[in-house]
Amino acid sequence: MTETINGRTTLTTPFTEEDIRALRTGDVIYISGDIVTGRDDVHIRAVSEGMDLPAEIRGKALMHAGPIVTGSAEDGYSLVAIGPTTSMRMEKLEYDFIKKTGVRLIIGKGGMGKRTAEACREFGAVHCVLPAGNAVFTALCTEEITDAGWLDLGMAEAFWSIRVRELGPLIVSIDSSGKNLFEEKKKEYASRKEEQLQKISKRLETIL
Amino acid sequence: MTVEEKKNRLTDIMAAFIGYTAVHLPDDIVSKLEDLRDAEDDPAARSIYDMMFENMRLASQLGRPSCQDTGLVQFKIECGSRFPLIHQLKDILHDAVIKATAETPLRPNAVEPFDEINTGNNTGTGAPALFWDIVPDDESCSIYTYLAGGGCSLPGHAMVLMPGDGYEGVARFVMDRITSYCLNACPPLLVGVGIAGSIETAALLSKHALLRPAGSHNPNKKAAEMEKLLEDSINAVGIGPQGLGGSSSVLGVNIEYSARHTATIGVAVSFGCWTHRRGHITFDSDLGFITDTHAGFTYGL
Repeated sequence: MTETINGRTTLTTPFTEEDIRALRTGDVIYISGDIVTGRDDVHIRAVSEGMDLPAEIRGKALMHAGPIVTGSAEDGYSLVAIGPTTSMRMEKLEYDFIKKTGVRLIIGKGGMGKRTAEACREFGAVHCVLPAGNAVFTALCTEEITDAGWLDLGMAEAFWSIRVRELGPLIVSIDSSGKNLFEEKKKEYASRKEEQLQKISKRLETIL
Repeated sequence: MTVEEKKNRLTDIMAAFIGYTAVHLPDDIVSKLEDLRDAEDDPAARSIYDMMFENMRLASQLGRPSCQDTGLVQFKIECGSRFPLIHQLKDILHDAVIKATAETPLRPNAVEPFDEINTGNNTGTGAPALFWDIVPDDESCSIYTYLAGGGCSLPGHAMVLMPGDGYEGVARFVMDRITSYCLNACPPLLVGVGIAGSIETAALLSKHALLRPAGSHNPNKKAAEMEKLLEDSINAVGIGPQGLGGSSSVLGVNIEYSARHTATIGVAVSFGCWTHRRGHITFDSDLGFITDTHAGFTYGL
């Protein structure tokens, strides 16, 4: 479901394919509902080792994140700090992860590559950037840890299920047409880099 | 105080200091971020800076780590040869990391290679990392702390250039990394460049460069000029906060060097994310201390 809350475009889980396909790169959105965390080891288990995820995530959101959590299964968990990690690490396995799980929205840091963009186009998903390093701000957008899976992987790599409320701002970096904001930015930066290098190389030659 | 009491006290202060640096950014970084925010023209980039400052405020208010990736803990130690706890310091810092991990809390990040097991307390083989420097005939001890996060450690890179590549080669080496791998590394970044004869000396110097304040300059005028040239050039690329574009790209560029071999230019680059958790604390022989990075830090008052 997509609605406008306090002037913000807010999507609530389960996301429909229509909700997701309406998003375009550069859009700023917020989400409410159920997300899970999964990074390197979760992808390896789910894709390379073919294991079933501890919980169903079809139509939900995956956050590339390793939170700081206190508490225990018996006494309940509290989420101290959470923020996105480098998404590109998961590029190798993300196509198959999206295909297998039906996840609709991926939250991370920095961009992802061609294969993820292909999966977004084929299966109707998006990748979004959540400004990173803001772990307390982001923790305060969460309501509750609802489940903990694969704790043997350690706190950072475990599969945490979390209920969130107006989590954001999320900036759409890959949309379901396969458009990729960071790939465009990289070209722009690379061309400016060449201009700058040309500008300083003469000075570096003469000064040093 | 007995040696045992002194040892416990230093462990407690260091654990508290490490925890404090996970929650509060160093004063020079906060001030540099304020400058970058105030000079930012792009409204989207400005709103990201506003979020960063709100996060810093919330972290301080709630006493929680400002970033969930509290890194691997590293120490650069400049220890006087007559500092009373020189023999115990390695154990003290090891215990301080375990204590800070439990009490702050820090995220356990240390994984033993081959066993592939997270040790759960941020210590392990060679962790925390200690970079020692013994100061002859001195009884104080100066300790730099650094929480090396994964995101900004990932783009670290080193190689040995040929003299014909020159300083233009060094500039290209640094900037190629910035416009590719660094978009993910939480810019605006502090860039540490090491120049030396071989790969490991350059790499270590690039990390030492990150321990210098943002806005400081290498005492060598030519090195300082290269810092400025690189800083201006990288800023002109306009990477902005989170790599999404903006008026600037970096918190600064710091270069450290040692004499190189006549036939080589070893060069390395290390990066510090915007939430650059660096601390510096100096102890006298009675364990009185001062810190020039965190004016707000107190212990036992």
